[in-house]
Amino acid sequence: MSMYWAFGTVLLLLAITAPTALAFGFAGASAARSGIAPLRWIGKTYISVVRGIPDIAFFLFFVIALDQGFEYIRHRIKCPDWSDAVRQGNDFVVCTAAKLPLGNSPQWVHETYGFMLAVLTFAIVFGAFAANVLFGAMRAVPKGQLETAEAYGMNRRQTFWRVLVPQMWVFALPGLSNLWMVLIKATPLLFLLGVEDIVYWARELGGAKQPQFTEYPHPDWRIWYFGALLIFYLCFTKVSEVVLDRIMARLTHGQATSAGEAQRKAAT
Amino acid sequence: MSCWETIADYALRSQGIGERLLPRSDFTLCQQFTLIGSGMIWNIYFGVVALCAGFFLATAVALGKAAQTIWLRKPAEWFIFIFRGSPLFIQFFFAYFLFLSLKGAYPFFSPLTSAWAGALVVLFLNTAAYTGEIFYGALQSIPKGDTEAADAYGLSGWARFRRVIWPTMLRLAWPAYTNEAIFLFHATTLVFFSGFPATQQRGDALYYANYFADKTFNPFVPYPILAGYFILLTLIVIGIFGFINNRLNRHLPQERRKAIKIRPQIIR
Repeated sequence: MSMYWAFGTVLLLLAITAPTALAFGFAGASAARSGIAPLRWIGKTYISVVRGIPDIAFFLFFVIALDQGFEYIRHRIKCPDWSDAVRQGNDFVVCTAAKLPLGNSPQWVHETYGFMLAVLTFAIVFGAFAANVLFGAMRAVPKGQLETAEAYGMNRRQTFWRVLVPQMWVFALPGLSNLWMVLIKATPLLFLLGVEDIVYWARELGGAKQPQFTEYPHPDWRIWYFGALLIFYLCFTKVSEVVLDRIMARLTHGQATSAGEAQRKAAT
Repeated sequence: MSCWETIADYALRSQGIGERLLPRSDFTLCQQFTLIGSGMIWNIYFGVVALCAGFFLATAVALGKAAQTIWLRKPAEWFIFIFRGSPLFIQFFFAYFLFLSLKGAYPFFSPLTSAWAGALVVLFLNTAAYTGEIFYGALQSIPKGDTEAADAYGLSGWARFRRVIWPTMLRLAWPAYTNEAIFLFHATTLVFFSGFPATQQRGDALYYANYFADKTFNPFVPYPILAGYFILLTLIVIGIFGFINNRLNRHLPQERRKAIKIRPQIIR
């Protein structure tokens, strides 16, 4: 039964991560084109650092780093009179009140906390990629549109929210749909982050012998389980492809791009 | 123990040469640098061999996808769809268990269950699919004038392909192919995190980085070292591919030559 819930876990992760990463990306892109220099530097550094370094290293790194970061902050707030160093040789020690989640909390809190860490990690990494796409899209909006807005007496903020943001999506969509495909294909990495997802269950259930010494009445079925996963992902990709094509067709409708032009000609 | 001794002991550890036991406590910076660097041998091996072999299959697949006959086109399309549409991580798992059951039936397949051959086959097929799609795109955008000129010179069949179509295809595809090469190297880090076991702890760079992070609870040292190695590797790849790019474009006037830009595409 948990095997089927694991599919839900993956879908839930996608459902939460996609908007969060988009929000991160939007913040990053807006920061990168901001008029205030330090904000711009932060935005640009965020985009380029995350993009420049191999993928899974980031996933493995962020989960521990975020966990320790949270615990360190809580440690500072909750136990101000703690005298020992936090990092003692090979150990990372915080006071018990600062442990996340608390040592006595039930199992589901631990699982949810692990899941939230995974979501945050995914959002940070994919946010940087989304930021890059949105940054490019913002620059692709025709200059004339922005100049017109200025000529109408709009200030910087109004131009940004009323003209630039509504128009950038059509330029961002190809990049974002590509990113969505990549995000789907990144979900099995949840397994590495210690969340019991479909890869975990495929390994557990398919194996002939369990670590708990219960024997399943079948030989090694892991190949079938992983075959099923392969097909699941292929179908998922195919469906997303079709849906995204439809959205793209809807968005290009009436836009001053070559695809929009082609649509207009086909209609007449 | 001085740093030179550490290097002598662990520099080839990933190949099983040198000190058998990994360091267990009092990790020095030198040990981390040496072992992670030693793991890079695997990453380079997987990347280079898969790229060289995949190049030829990719050319064949691209030609197959562009072919007129349905018997060539459909298999090529399905090959590309299957390998591009599913996560590499799942492909590794599936292939490992497939090879495991093949080994059970025919002992002939036993080398494929170890990483050096099995993972290499998966990476080879995977990069062939991705590169095949890139080459197919380039094949579609070969200027019409070039093929017409070839016809006018009386070239046909093999000579036309060898002297006109193939070089033009490579020239057009090269910037995208450079990206593919970089991300293939990044993808090699997945090998030992999927089904393939690291016998006697002979792992790749990420395997050792993860080992250190697990032992020290400090992700802030091994992962940046790993990132540093990968940035170096990326620079070398860009250098080599840039050199080939210049050679492919040497007949063009300066300003029409395209520079290679990195467009990261992360996880597959």
